Amino acid sequence: MSNIESRGYARPEVLVSTDWVASHLQDPSIRIIESNEDPLLYPSGHIPGAVEVDWTRDLNDPLRRDYLGREGFEALMRRIGVTKDTTVVFYGDRNNWWATYAYWVFQLFGHDKAKVMDGGRIKWEKEGRPLTRDVPSYPASEYRASERDDTKIRAFRDQVLEHLKSRKPLVDVRSPDEYTGKKLHMPEYPNEGALRGGHIPGAASVPWAKAINPDDGTFKTGDELRSLYENDAKIKPGDDVIVYCRIGERSSHTWFVLTNLLGFDKVRNYDGSWTEWGNLVGVPIER
Amino acid sequence: MAVPEKLTDTLETLEMVPDRNERIQLLIDLAGRFEEVPPRIARRPFGEEPRVPACESEAFVFTEERPDGTLDFHFAVENPQGISAKAMAVILGDALSGAPLAQVAQVPTDVVYRVFGRELSMGKSMGLMGMVGMVSAMAKQRAEGKGV
Repeated sequence: MSNIESRGYARPEVLVSTDWVASHLQDPSIRIIESNEDPLLYPSGHIPGAVEVDWTRDLNDPLRRDYLGREGFEALMRRIGVTKDTTVVFYGDRNNWWATYAYWVFQLFGHDKAKVMDGGRIKWEKEGRPLTRDVPSYPASEYRASERDDTKIRAFRDQVLEHLKSRKPLVDVRSPDEYTGKKLHMPEYPNEGALRGGHIPGAASVPWAKAINPDDGTFKTGDELRSLYENDAKIKPGDDVIVYCRIGERSSHTWFVLTNLLGFDKVRNYDGSWTEWGNLVGVPIER
Repeated sequence: MAVPEKLTDTLETLEMVPDRNERIQLLIDLAGRFEEVPPRIARRPFGEEPRVPACESEAFVFTEERPDGTLDFHFAVENPQGISAKAMAVILGDALSGAPLAQVAQVPTDVVYRVFGRELSMGKSMGLMGMVGMVSAMAKQRAEGKGV
């Protein structure tokens, strides 16, 4: 894959290569963070010096369906030894799906010194780079976080309803079968957590992984991404866009692509997503 | 209908390890014992029939009949990072191969939570439960074919 700077991204500085990470393993201003879907991966081996941020234990409220609050975020940052001046670099499994989810949650608290390692864990592994089972320990930091800001990059169901009425663009990033509602009708599948299948009316279908080169997990070039989102899905950088999936994790990946790689100004992630919409009484659904 | 004895033993052994990190280590060690389906049973491409529905790690399940009519279960996991799927495959293969078909057919899919705990993503839960469900369905199909 070409150099990140040559790929035509709006904000190339949010991506770093595996080479870059390898040359910053001892850099005290950098904290490498692994976020995975599979809970066994980090303990089985990770980039030397990387800490784990787990989406369920670290990023979610343990009781309510919501993200951690300011105090929880401060405690997390203290635990992983991150200060306001530390640049966090996320990577993970599943083409950085969970890494971009963690990145998005960090942005709710305004920690904008944040990057993603292009290609994620699979690229690091394929390149034969070192992994260790040693879990690092960093001195607890002082971290004063802002209150979580849900207004800029997060959308709630009433806002989605308004968005729908205003005929503003939505992007459904789930698989085609989830989009059409077919999946809920396949009896061999376990319960999906939603009573109705289909999609929010008018939403364009762009499965999240289309933004990725399947061979090495890196992001596609700016031109390829523009073709996918601007030509095919008909959304433009000036649009007010809401993205969603099942619980907001896959759509955080698309949020990352639209916001950082294509420079869209206003993209919000509807984390209630289909597990909320597909269970709501009386909301419109399209198949 | 009782759960196969060996599976009960495995679950009880895991539940005796309440410390999350220790249990994860145990599961990683189990995944390290994963052996892919031998070529005499199946070769790539495996096709769609043995594919576990909803498993994002691209797991496949195969059976081999024993002389006593019970089944050996074999697995393939195509995702090199599918370490949980590999651990689950080892548990299911060890505990259910050779067990009475009627018992295997009744294994509930929520054993996944007894193995991994509740802190699993929905996608990961679905995939692992799909593995259990597929093994049970294969045992049920074979039992019905034999009139067990």
